[in-house]
Amino acid sequence: MMGSENDQESKEKMKSLFLREESDPFTRSDQSNSNYRSAMSTLSDSRHPSIVVTPANSDPLFAPQSRSKPNGGSNRDSSSSSYLEPPSYADVIFSPFDDNSEINGSDDGGGSSRHSQSSDSLSRSPSSLTSDYIKITVSSPQKEQESTNSMIPGGNTYVTYQITTRTNLSEYNGSEFSVRRRFRDVVTLADRLAESYRGFCIPPRPDKSVVESQVMQKQEFVEQRRVALEKYLRRLGSHPVIRKSDELKVFLQAQGKLPLATSTDVASRMLDGAVKLPRQLFGDASSSSVEVVQPARGGGRDFLRLFKELRQSVSNDWGGVKPAVVEEDKEFLEKKEKMYDLEQQIINASQQAESLVKAQQDMGETMGELGLAFIKLTKFENEEAVFNSQRVRANDMKNLATSAVKASRFYRELNSQTVKHLDTLHDYLGLMMAVQGAFADRSSALLTVQTLLSEISSLEGRAEKLEAASAKVFGGDKSRIKKIEELKETIKVTKDSKNVAIREYEQIKENNWCEVERLDRERRADFLNMMKGFVVSQVGYAEKIANVWTKVAEETSQYNRESS
Amino acid sequence: MESTEQTRSISGSMQSPRSPSSLPYLSVSVTDPVKLGNGVQAYISYRVITKTNLPEYQGPEKIVIRRYSDFVWLRDRLFEKYKGIFIPPLPEKSAVEKFRFSAEFIEMRRAALDIFVNRIALHPELQQSEDLRTFLQADEETMDRFRFQETGIFKKPADLMQMFRDVQSKVSDAVLGKEKPVEETTAAYEKLKHYIFELENHLAEAQKHAYRLVKRHRELGQSLLDFGKAVKLFGACEGEPTGKAFSDLGTKSELLSIKLQKEAQQVLMNFEEPLKDYVRYVQSIKATIAERGTAFKQHCELAETTKLKEINLDKLMLTRSDKVGEAEIEYREIKAESEEATRRFERIVTRMEEEIVRFQEQKTEEMGVAFHQFAKGQARLANSIADAWRSLLPKLEASSTV
Repeated sequence: MMGSENDQESKEKMKSLFLREESDPFTRSDQSNSNYRSAMSTLSDSRHPSIVVTPANSDPLFAPQSRSKPNGGSNRDSSSSSYLEPPSYADVIFSPFDDNSEINGSDDGGGSSRHSQSSDSLSRSPSSLTSDYIKITVSSPQKEQESTNSMIPGGNTYVTYQITTRTNLSEYNGSEFSVRRRFRDVVTLADRLAESYRGFCIPPRPDKSVVESQVMQKQEFVEQRRVALEKYLRRLGSHPVIRKSDELKVFLQAQGKLPLATSTDVASRMLDGAVKLPRQLFGDASSSSVEVVQPARGGGRDFLRLFKELRQSVSNDWGGVKPAVVEEDKEFLEKKEKMYDLEQQIINASQQAESLVKAQQDMGETMGELGLAFIKLTKFENEEAVFNSQRVRANDMKNLATSAVKASRFYRELNSQTVKHLDTLHDYLGLMMAVQGAFADRSSALLTVQTLLSEISSLEGRAEKLEAASAKVFGGDKSRIKKIEELKETIKVTKDSKNVAIREYEQIKENNWCEVERLDRERRADFLNMMKGFVVSQVGYAEKIANVWTKVAEETSQYNRESS
Repeated sequence: MESTEQTRSISGSMQSPRSPSSLPYLSVSVTDPVKLGNGVQAYISYRVITKTNLPEYQGPEKIVIRRYSDFVWLRDRLFEKYKGIFIPPLPEKSAVEKFRFSAEFIEMRRAALDIFVNRIALHPELQQSEDLRTFLQADEETMDRFRFQETGIFKKPADLMQMFRDVQSKVSDAVLGKEKPVEETTAAYEKLKHYIFELENHLAEAQKHAYRLVKRHRELGQSLLDFGKAVKLFGACEGEPTGKAFSDLGTKSELLSIKLQKEAQQVLMNFEEPLKDYVRYVQSIKATIAERGTAFKQHCELAETTKLKEINLDKLMLTRSDKVGEAEIEYREIKAESEEATRRFERIVTRMEEEIVRFQEQKTEEMGVAFHQFAKGQARLANSIADAWRSLLPKLEASSTV
């Protein structure tokens, strides 16, 4: 039923639904208002519930947006909730299109109805209720000209985005600041982070997708990219370790050109001193509290090493029996399996979520069209009426039509909520990629260790042979002895590298473990949140829709022919 | 042939337990569809049960077996004989092969045929029809014979009319206008014609969306099913409490999918079908309008011919021609025909006036019922959706505060 085009279409539809949102609801590190919690508690007092989920509906078809309800007093329609317990969730869900006197007005008049509160407003864990926050916004894309004259006549143009940060983290100098960055800077940031934070689950950056930029309208593409960048930076900002990293700090704060080494510079970097550069800029000698993994000293991750590692992995392969990287940690392997399974399930679930969203959307649309068709009929019958029976029928139709149109709007609102909630699934796909990255870091670190080990053993082998040969020569073999000494020096250096590499590997393992733990915890909370949000909005809107149709059933009760 | 002995008693001892003794009643039900025959020849037969105390009928209860083409026969006969009356419409003849024998389609057709016959039985004029009695009582062989006559090779004018009618509903009134150069032009009738033609358009649109809505229910049901399954699988690879929560969510989703499919069927039967029926009714009225047009044309033409004959006769009388006798006979014949045509036409007009009133009232009632059932169904569905999702919340609450 769902061909690939449909998938694409519905993805686009989902994206466009998402894009219409006023503000990004994905900032987990936002000051969480715990609106939901307070709503739940106030519900049990059966007082005026606070607003929890507001639909940011910029659909021009449904203007005017805000119709604040003037009925401060009677907020709970007794007929709307057909049970006294549990409380009616229809009251919890604010809709600007209600004209049942169900809820009190929005918290600050009509204005805030456009403002979508963070939908996953349930705090994930008590600690995020503390004052630490960092909020990043990406805006105002601008075309700029490349100042250096390139070979292309007319110069190269590119787009920059304004990146505004508000934070109270002590690592940052200041509480609000703004810089302009281009996409290339983001790539640099991502690359530097990948190097410095091996073993961590670093959120994947937006794609370069050159092809798309040629296919799409420039405007659309820029907007999509802006959204993607914002999402990415917010995810970085919500990572407990990375949010305090030098790389991110520099990216968000340093004015002018981004003072991070670009990827083309890295190849020529031989000294690990270059890693210290960002820290030097800020002048503080102490690094961040979490130990950043240092590249192995004495050559760093230079090309020579890389070459050897490649050879090692190849020789491991050709060994036949052992896999390229010998990973003996069973727990790790199990975890990896699990992560893979999880990823598959998330993919599957998010696909089905997309088709659910489409089906809800279609339902709403068709219901609306039905309503409109009946409105036309109503008008027609009224205009042409000769008999009273026609007027009665026109009235019946009008009631039906009105409710159908209302129900249609509710379906659409519900859908934009559903999109928000189920988008958690999409988010986690990105995170799964980050996990893969972290595991890959571990594997490559292990490979480094193995490479060094094998190098040491081959060097030692050579040394042994030389020693044996030199011992045969009476009085010593000056040239051989010299070689032996050189070898022994190399062995020593290599052993040092090996030790560093082992430490690095251990550190990465540790990082892995911490991250996976954190991910598991957060995943649990995030998904529970998602489910709750999803379910609450389903309940709330189902109640509203039920009310709307109950009304029609009452209005047409004279036609009840059921013999009970 | 059930117990017939007691029925003919004038004192009316044999009554249906329900109705009072003096009230005449005729109630019909179309039941028990059964598939007969094989392959391409396969068809559905229905049991038609008649309960009545009318003297013209053979007994208080009669059961016969009828098939769709028998109903068509009845409708065609009534259309021929009772011009001016809006003959109740029949459900469409052929359906897409795949669905022709699906349980839902058969049930919908049965219900539609039941309504068809009952409308005839309740109509003050139509219920007197001899063809109706034949339909309700004749044994199957007789019925087959009657039906064969109608669908025989020799196409009777009625069949041509049928063909014309079938095409007509798709033909715009512009074309119709051109085919009938002589037309009534009273304002009221013009208004009626315009109303009927416009109404069909509006109704067709509403019916189209109603049908789509049925599909949407099915699609939403399907997607909830798929979503539920995916979520359950997801839950299976997660630990507690997320795993259980997901699993519960998935189960509810699957449950709701079933409810949606059920509601889809209900909407189809109780909302979309009445709208379709409404459209068919309007098409039937258009056929009657065509009949009226024909009758009017005949009336006009014959009236004109009569006049001409009269003038001619007068002329001949003046000239004392020996053709007077002949002409006089001709004139009287034409005059009789013309008067008959006028009578026919006027009867159509009168009937139509009554029919329109009845039609409007009937439709208000039937649509009201349809709307009421639709609204109730939607409310019921929404409430059960709310209930199902709501039941998950306590546990979700508990899990997240852990």
